[in-house]
Amino acid sequence: MTTNPVFERIRQEVGGNDVVLYMKGTPVFPQCGFSAAVVQVLTQIGVKFKGIDVLTDPSLRQGVKDFSQWPTVPQLYVKGEFIGGCDIVREMYQTGELQSLLQSRGIATKAA
Amino acid sequence: MTETAAARIERKLTHALKPTRIRVLDESAKHVGHAGARPGGETHFHVEMVSPAFAGLSRLERQRRVHAVLAEELADRVHALSMKLSAPDDSAQG
Repeated sequence: MTTNPVFERIRQEVGGNDVVLYMKGTPVFPQCGFSAAVVQVLTQIGVKFKGIDVLTDPSLRQGVKDFSQWPTVPQLYVKGEFIGGCDIVREMYQTGELQSLLQSRGIATKAA
Repeated sequence: MTETAAARIERKLTHALKPTRIRVLDESAKHVGHAGARPGGETHFHVEMVSPAFAGLSRLERQRRVHAVLAEELADRVHALSMKLSAPDDSAQG
């Protein structure tokens, strides 16, 4: 395994919170349209999530990409598992897969 | 003659993944003044692609295939790449 100290922080964040969104800006003030779109989906579903702003920390901004081996932000994690970025989250929401995934992991949503 | 970034992306993806349909749109103009935009554009792209190479792969795996082909572009000036990827026999997508 690698020794990147940021990885340990990410592991704790995604392990200690059911739903984590690494994003640009904050859920209230997203700084990027793709991050805003994912916030909108999560809000629509009514799921509680922790938004983490990668713009406040350059090592995290790069670290989260290396951790997931995914070159872009936003990145959504559910119960420690990397789900995807904006396209995937939107598609899964439209087909209902995202709602099913959350429910199958025992995470409360507005609809549940 | 200089190849546009969109043309380069299309050429690389066509070569690597042999799509039956591909469309690459440069959407940089829609993002002028946003995070990641640069003078000269060529920062934001949208790719729609149907390829047999995606058959049997999850959404994550499909996007990872594209990321791998475009690693150089993503490391350089391409800031955003949205994708709609399907396999010819996907029933859900057209």
